[in-house]
Amino acid sequence: MSDILNGRGLSLVPKTDVKQSMKEFKTDQEVRWCPGCGDYAILAAVQSFVPDLGLRRENMVFVSGIGCSSRFPYYMNTYGFHSIHGRAPAIATGLAASRPDLSVWVITGDGDALSIGGNHLIHALRRNVNLNILLFNNRIYGLTKGQYSPTSEVGKITKSTPMGSLDKPFNPISLAIGAEASFVARTIDSDRKHLQSVLREAAEHKGTSLVEIYQNCNIFNDDAFEQLKNPEVRDDITLRLEHGRPIVSASKAVRQGPRGLEVVDRASVREEEILVHDTHNPDPSLAFALSRLDEPAFQHVPIGVFRNVDRPSYDERMAEQLDQAVADRGQGDLHDLLHGGDTWRIN
Amino acid sequence: MTKQVQQLDRVIIRFAGDSGDGMQLTGDRFTAETAEFGNDLSTLPNFPAEIRAPAGTLPGVSSFQLHFADHDILTPGDAPNVLVAMNPAALKANLGDLPRGADVIANTDEFTKRNLAKVGYAANPLEDDSLAEWRVHAVPLTTLTVKALEGFDISKKDAERAKNMFALGLLSWLYHRPTDATIKFLEGKFAKKPDIAKANVAAFQAGWNYGETTESFSVSYEIKPAKLAAGVYRNISGNQALAYGLIAASVQARLPLFLGSYPITPASDILHELSRHKRFGIRTFQAEDEIAGVGAALGAAFGGALGVTTTSGPGVALKAETVGLAVTTELPLIVVDVQRAGPSTGMPTKTEQTDLLMAMFGRNGESPVPVIAPSTPSDCFHAAIEAARIAVKYRTPVMLLSDGYLANGSEPWRVPEVSELPDISVDFATAPNGDDGETYLPFKRDPGTLARPWAVPGTPGLEHRIGGIEKADGTGNISYDPDNHDRMVRLRQAKIDGIDVPDLAVEDPDGDARVLVLGWGSTYGPIAAAARRVRKAGGKVAQAHLRHLNPLPANTGEVLRSYDKVLLPEINLGQLALLLRARFLVDIISYNRVRGLPFKAEELAGVIQDVIDSE
Repeated sequence: MSDILNGRGLSLVPKTDVKQSMKEFKTDQEVRWCPGCGDYAILAAVQSFVPDLGLRRENMVFVSGIGCSSRFPYYMNTYGFHSIHGRAPAIATGLAASRPDLSVWVITGDGDALSIGGNHLIHALRRNVNLNILLFNNRIYGLTKGQYSPTSEVGKITKSTPMGSLDKPFNPISLAIGAEASFVARTIDSDRKHLQSVLREAAEHKGTSLVEIYQNCNIFNDDAFEQLKNPEVRDDITLRLEHGRPIVSASKAVRQGPRGLEVVDRASVREEEILVHDTHNPDPSLAFALSRLDEPAFQHVPIGVFRNVDRPSYDERMAEQLDQAVADRGQGDLHDLLHGGDTWRIN
Repeated sequence: MTKQVQQLDRVIIRFAGDSGDGMQLTGDRFTAETAEFGNDLSTLPNFPAEIRAPAGTLPGVSSFQLHFADHDILTPGDAPNVLVAMNPAALKANLGDLPRGADVIANTDEFTKRNLAKVGYAANPLEDDSLAEWRVHAVPLTTLTVKALEGFDISKKDAERAKNMFALGLLSWLYHRPTDATIKFLEGKFAKKPDIAKANVAAFQAGWNYGETTESFSVSYEIKPAKLAAGVYRNISGNQALAYGLIAASVQARLPLFLGSYPITPASDILHELSRHKRFGIRTFQAEDEIAGVGAALGAAFGGALGVTTTSGPGVALKAETVGLAVTTELPLIVVDVQRAGPSTGMPTKTEQTDLLMAMFGRNGESPVPVIAPSTPSDCFHAAIEAARIAVKYRTPVMLLSDGYLANGSEPWRVPEVSELPDISVDFATAPNGDDGETYLPFKRDPGTLARPWAVPGTPGLEHRIGGIEKADGTGNISYDPDNHDRMVRLRQAKIDGIDVPDLAVEDPDGDARVLVLGWGSTYGPIAAAARRVRKAGGKVAQAHLRHLNPLPANTGEVLRSYDKVLLPEINLGQLALLLRARFLVDIISYNRVRGLPFKAEELAGVIQDVIDSE
C-alpha cells in the first residue's frame, strides 16, 4: 500500500521547491464556457489543487479531445494540446510513453471518451500508461447543442431523439473496471474537497487513472445530478467509498447478499455485516459490483475511489526494455548496424 | 563426367510453388548467395495475401523472381529464363510468362492425378508434348530428397519439407553459387532442432550433388561478378532500408525515434525491424488501431521525439484527421505509406502507385503536406532520412510513399559511411521569443523557413497550448478572425512551397532527345531499363525521375516544357499527370497499367518507341 500512496506515479516528474499558487496556473485566455457550467468549478478545483503537487509547471501537460470540456487545456498555464475528437488518450499515450518526466493529464467528456474515442480509452486503461484521465460526464452532447450521449438515460428526449433515445448507456466506471483499469474513481463538480482529494490520489497513482466527474450542463441537461446535490436527499443517496471504511450513506449500507451486493437500510444491519471497502483488492469483481449499485439511475450512488491497485505502468516497462537492450548488447551503433548482416566488398 | 560450363551475362530465375513450399525462403537464400558472389541483382517476391490458401491450387502459388547479372541491372526482369515449378499449379500459373526455350525444372512427384485435376490439367503436361517449346527437366525432387535423408532421425513429413533446399542446392550447382553461407544459415535457423538442421543441410548438398551427376543437366552456367562502384555492399529490401533510414534519421537528428503503428501488409516489416533495435533508444508502440498509431506518434513529437507512423493505403485513410492536426499544429511527423493495390482492401500483397493524390490532398481544409517517393529498394534508406530532414526542419508532417514492389524487392546496396549522412539536427526553443523578452510566441516563424519554434514540455517559461482550432498568427491563441485565417492558410502553404528540394535531373546521353520519359517512385527501374533498350536500338529519349512530389523541384516546369513530348508511365490512372497538367499546362502522355505488378522494361520500351515514332 505504501508503494501506491507514496507517489511513484510522479516519481520521475521534477519537483519544485518554489511555492506555487493557483494564480500561476491560470492563463490570460478568457474562459468561454456558458455561465453556470460545471466546468468552471472543476477548472477552479484543478487550478487550486495542482500547486500542492509541487511539480514543475513546465513538466505538466494537459491533452484534450473535442467537446466543451476539451477547451480545458487553454486555461491551464502548463503545456497543453487540444487535439481531435476522441483521440486524446492515444496522443497522450505517445507523449507519456516517451516522456516519463511529465505529468500528463487527459481532459475528456462522455461523448469524446465513450463514443468516438471509446476504443482508445479502453486500450489506454488496459495498458496502464502513466496518465490521469478526467472524464467530465454531463450525460449530453453540449458543443453540438444537445444530442443524447452514450451516458444519457434510455428514453432521453433530445433534438436527435424526439421520441426518446433507444440505446442503453455506458456506466463509465463499470467500463473502466471491465478494462481492468488500475485506478478508477468518481467524484462530482459541486464537491470541491472531494474532487481535489480524488484528483490528488489519481495524480500520485502510477499508471492510468480514470476519474469520472459528474458535471452539470446547465444549458442542455440541467440538474442531471440534482439528487446528489440536493441537501435533503444527497446524504442518503451518496455511498462514500473510502478505503478501509464501511460503505454507507447517511441511511443506507452495502452488504454482501445471496445474489451479490445489496443496499439495505443502515438501521437494519449489524455493523460487521456492512461491506468494508478495499480499493487495493487485485480482483476487480467487487469494484465492478460496486459500480453497478447505481442501476437504475441514482437511487444510491457510490462516490469515491473504486479501485486503486499497483501494476507496472506501460511506459515504465517500455523504458525497462530499452535499458535491457542496452545492458544486453550495448548502445546502438549506426555504423555497425548498417554494416551488419552479410556484406561483401568491391574494390 | 566433365560437364560443359557456359558463360552468361545475366539470368532470370523464378522459384514457384505452393505457399507452404518455402519458395520465399529459397529465393532469399539464392539471393544471398548471389549477392555474396558479387553479381548485381534485383528481386520480385510475389505471394498471395492468404497465409495458406488450399494446397496445390492456383491461388496458393507463391513465387520469387531473381534477376542477376555481370553488369548493373535495374529490374527483377521481365521474363524468367528458368522456372522452378514445385507443383502443377506453379507450372500453370507461371507458364504464360515463360519465353520459348526457357528451362523448366519441375518436381514430378507433385504431378499426381489429383494435383493435376486441381488446376484443370486433363493430362500430365510433363508426359505429353505440350511443353515442347521449353526445355523441361523432370526431377522427382521429393523422392530424391526423402531418399537422401534416409537414416536421419526425422519424420517423413519433415524430410519432404526439405525439398526446397534440395532444389536450392541444384540451382546453386547450376549457377556456381557459393554455399557456405546457406549451410551456416540453416544451422542457425534450426539451431534448436539440430536434426532438422542437419537434414536440411544434407538435402541442400544432395541437390548440388544431383546436379553434378545427373544427365538431366549437361551444362552449368557462370555469371561473372558485376563491376559495381567500390565499397561495402549488402543486399537489402525496401522495408529494411526504410527502417534503417529511420534509425539513421533518429541518430542524425539527435532525436529519439517513436514509432506508433498498427500491423498492415505490406508495411508491417518496418514495425518488426524497428522493434528489434531498442538499444538505439527506439520506442515502438503497436497501437489499437491506425488512428492511435499516428496519434501516439504525434503526441511523442509534441514531446520532442522523431514521431513516425507506418501503414499502407487503407491505413492512411484512417490517419488523415491526425495528419491534418499535425499540419495545423506544425509538428514534425513522418507518415510512411507502403502503397498497395486498392481501393479499400484491394490486393494487399500487390503493388500500386495509387495513393499520390490521397497523400497530396486527402485531408479536410487546406492542408499541404510534403510528399517524397523513393525510387528503388535501397533508396528507401535515403528517402527516409530526407523525409525526417524536412519534417524536423519545417515542423510538418511528411508523407513517404513507398510501395509493395519496393518494400519486398531487394537489391545490392552500397552501404554508406555514417560520415556521408547529413546532419539533420535542429534546436528546440529554449527561451522566450517575444519582443518583450518574456513572452513565448509558439507561432512566430523563422523568416527563412517559415517554421515555427519547437518548444517541448519540460522547458521552463515556454508553457503554451496548441491545438486543432485556428490559431492567431504569432501567439497561437484561438482565433476566428477572418483575415488571420486567410493569412494562416497562406503561411502554411508558403512554408511547404518553400521547402528546399534539389532540381530535377535529366539523363539524356546524346543531349538531343525530343521525348522525355518521366516517372516517380518505384517505376524508376523499369523506366530506366526501357530507356536503355530504346537507346541501344538507336532511339533518342531523355529520362527524369521525381523523388519530391510536393513541393516539386523548382525546374520541373522548365524541364517538361523543353521537350516535344513528355511520357509519364504510372501504376495508377494518371495521378501525377493530373497534377503536372494542372500546374504546368503541359500535354503529358500517360501510360497506365494497374495490374498489381511492376511495369516490364520491354513493355515500356515499346511505349517509348511508339511515342518517338509518332513525332
